[in-house]
Parts: sequence; C-alpha cells; structure tokens
Amino acid sequence: MKYAGLLVMPAGFFLSISALVLFADPVSRAAFVLCGLAVECLGLVVAVRGHMEARGDSRR
Amino acid sequence: MTTQAALPLTDAAFALTLALLLLAPLAIAGVALINTGLGRCRSAAQALLGNLVLAAATAIVFALAGAALTGNLPGTAGGTGHVFWLAGKPWNWLGAGSFLLGGLGAAPAQSQLALLFEFLAVALAALIPWGSGADRLRLSAGCAIAAVLAAIVFPLLTHWVWAGGWLGELGTNFSLGVGFLDGGGAATVHVLGGLSALAVVWIAGPRKGKFPKEGLSTALPGHNAVYVLFGCLLALVGWLGWNVAGAVLWLHVPLAALPVTAVNTLLSASGAVAATFAVTRFRFGKPDASLCANGWLAGLVASSACAGIVTPGESLFVGLVAGIATPLLVELLELALSIDDPSGAITVHAVGGLWGLLAVGIFAPQAGQLLAQLVGIATLLGLVLPLVYLLFWLLNRVVAFRVDADGERIGMDLHELGGGAYPEFVIHRDESYR
Repeated sequence: MKYAGLLVMPAGFFLSISALVLFADPVSRAAFVLCGLAVECLGLVVAVRGHMEARGDSRR
Repeated sequence: MTTQAALPLTDAAFALTLALLLLAPLAIAGVALINTGLGRCRSAAQALLGNLVLAAATAIVFALAGAALTGNLPGTAGGTGHVFWLAGKPWNWLGAGSFLLGGLGAAPAQSQLALLFEFLAVALAALIPWGSGADRLRLSAGCAIAAVLAAIVFPLLTHWVWAGGWLGELGTNFSLGVGFLDGGGAATVHVLGGLSALAVVWIAGPRKGKFPKEGLSTALPGHNAVYVLFGCLLALVGWLGWNVAGAVLWLHVPLAALPVTAVNTLLSASGAVAATFAVTRFRFGKPDASLCANGWLAGLVASSACAGIVTPGESLFVGLVAGIATPLLVELLELALSIDDPSGAITVHAVGGLWGLLAVGIFAPQAGQLLAQLVGIATLLGLVLPLVYLLFWLLNRVVAFRVDADGERIGMDLHELGGGAYPEFVIHRDESYR
C-alpha cells in the first residue's frame, strides 16, 4: 500500500506539469495544478496509511 | 520587496556575499548540535561524529560529481545544461558542467560564490535525515545517504531552481511570475532534507521500544536540552548569513535592501518560537524546550524561502504560522501516524520549508507567482519524495540502514565507535528492554 501511494504521487506531478503545457488560461492552469497537488496528497495519505498498517502488524 | 534582473556582482557585493557565506557553517554546526542533543546519550558521539563525516562525504562527492550536474560551471562543450523541447518550450532539466570542478578558478565571481553556497547547502541537506535516523542509523548508511543526495538528488534540484533549470525559468517560459523562487534553500536544502528524513524513517523503522505492543508511544526525550538550545542560537547566525547571501545570489536583491532580509529572518524565527512557546504552554501547562527549539528552527526554515521577498510584518506572520503548526504536527506524526522522528526534521524542515515556499507565492507581488510556487511544491512532493524513497530503498539493499538489535541495545557509541561520549556517566538500564 505504501508503494501504491508513492506511485500515485508522480502522477500528480505530471498532471501539474501537463497543465502548463496544455493550457494558456491562468484559471485552467491553476485548477489543473491544484488537482495535481490533490492527487499527490492522496498518494501521500495512502503511503502514510500503508506505513501505519505495517507498524500495526509489527506490534502484534 | 521585488527581485531584480541578474547583474554581475560588484566588488562590494562579492566581498559581502563571501563574508556571509563564511558564517553559514554556523547553521550546520547548530543543526549538528540539535541532532546530537535530541538523540540519546548512548549515541551522542556517533551522532556528532556522523554530522562531521556526512559533511565531509557530501563535500567530496559534490566536488567529484554533483557540482557538474548543477551546471553552475560551464562544461567542456561550453553549455551549462541539457535541454529538451516540449510544446515549443525549452525544458532545461540537467546541468552539464565540468566534472572535478574543472574551470572553477576561471569562472565568474558569481558562479564561484554559487558553488560555495551549494557546497554548504548540500552538507546541511544531508544532516537533516541523519538527525531523524538517530539511535538506529548506521554511520556507513548515513554516509551512503549523504553521497546519494550530493551526487544525484541535490544537484538535480539545484539545477532546476538556481542554475537556469526549468523551475527557475517558469516565469520566462510560462509567464508564471519570475519563476520558482527559493532565496535561501528552503526547497533545495530543507524540503529535500525533510523528505529524505521521511524516507529514512520509513525504511529504517522506529527505535526499539518507541511503539510498544500496547498503549501509546513511549517518550524518548533528547538527552541534552543545552546542546539543542545553544544549537538554535548558532543556527540563527548561520541562517542570517545564508539568507542574506542567498538574497544576493538567487534573488538579486540590491545591497540597500539586505538588512530587511536579515530582519525578516530574525522576525520569522522569533514569531515561530513565541507561537510554539504559547502552544506548548497551553497544551502541556509548561513550555516544552525541545518543541520550542523545533519551532525556532521551523521559523528559520520558513524564512529561507521568503526572507528576501516579504515585508517584516508578513515575515512575522509566516513565523507565527510555522510556530503554531510545529508542535501540533510533531505530535500528530508520533502519536497518530507512528512516525518516529527524534529530531522533528520532517515537520521542521519539510513542512516548514513548504510553508515558506507557499508564503512566497501568497505575498510576492508578481502575477502568477503563486502558481509557480505551487508547481515547485508539486515537484518536491510528487517527484522528489518518490525518487528519494526509491534511491534509499535500493541503497538499503546494499548498505543496511538499521543497526542490529544488539547494537541498538548497547547504544550506537559503544557499537560503532567502541566508546561513549560520556564515559564517566552511569547509564541506567532501559525500561523498554525489560
């Protein structure tokens, strides 16, 4: 699960970068960059949860 | 405050920047003391020796290979970077300078100062994960981590931000303000170091006894608050030099405006420590020394991004927010997320740095600057963190990060060095091993 989260994070980065290439309009760019950041945050949350599960298993 | 176009440095600016950079190692000394003080007494000598050896390792590796990839010195072909074209725009993604510091003596004064800045910056970046891995990270693993940072990740990021790379050119190519701004190394040093600390902590795992099978996590307080607090004072001097030198080199702030940068650095740290003092006083009934030190440092880290750009009032606000967030996040990481970070580096350096970078976007007067800063933050979180984790995960297969159970039981000093930092102290038996 941690690795899945870490793999999602670059997807968010590429979403942010593609916003610069695809759109000239500042509003669309900002929206896409924010979406990219949201995807990265989602990936980070999944990675952190994966870490917590692994820690929980090792405590048992 | 606005940044100006780059001009060749005058003699006065060169001399001032060089003098300021000679103060910057005090920040490294401060962080080294903080790392040592926040660890346990049976690992103190290994921790402080590690800071020294890691700084040396980064200097050697950066001189041999890393400096070429930053692109500050022209390469044999004359160019300073590898560029690909996408959607009609150039993306300068990797430096192409000379290896082994070729041509350093003949390089322009500004390039030489930039390189000196980067030598010091990479040493500081490597010390940050070392503090997080305290009491279980082997010295050889620390050196390997430092070498990877100095050879690959730091040069890549530095080129993108400071040496004509694509992040720094977002303003020219995509009309996003003046491009990604990082005046004192908030991204290239602190966020990189903080994210590396997260990767190290994830890979090495928590200290033995930190998260027992039942109940809350065990408090393993730092062994010497005096080291920690004196380290904070040393760090201030180094940070003043660092931020003002960075303002000259990377933001091209005129000499007359440099005192404001220094005042902003002090105000950010002061606001942060005042806020942390108040929060810990409110939460625990008494102020917490180590958390106040973390708050002070978080304020300094946040100022690394914005001290050369914001006004004093804004700098105070940046520090206050950093100071409020620091103790709450340190607690969240330990109690809720099971992350054992003895030095608090993930909160202080990664989160503090990201907040400073965001604050630049919020307070800078240029249109589109906020978006440039957000793209930079997206790069740090979405590309640098997974890259660092991957590199460290592979490195851990070659050089095991974590010391064996016996080494952790007797302490890193005895295990790795054969002698303790405080040979005349009586070290009590650890409750967690009963």
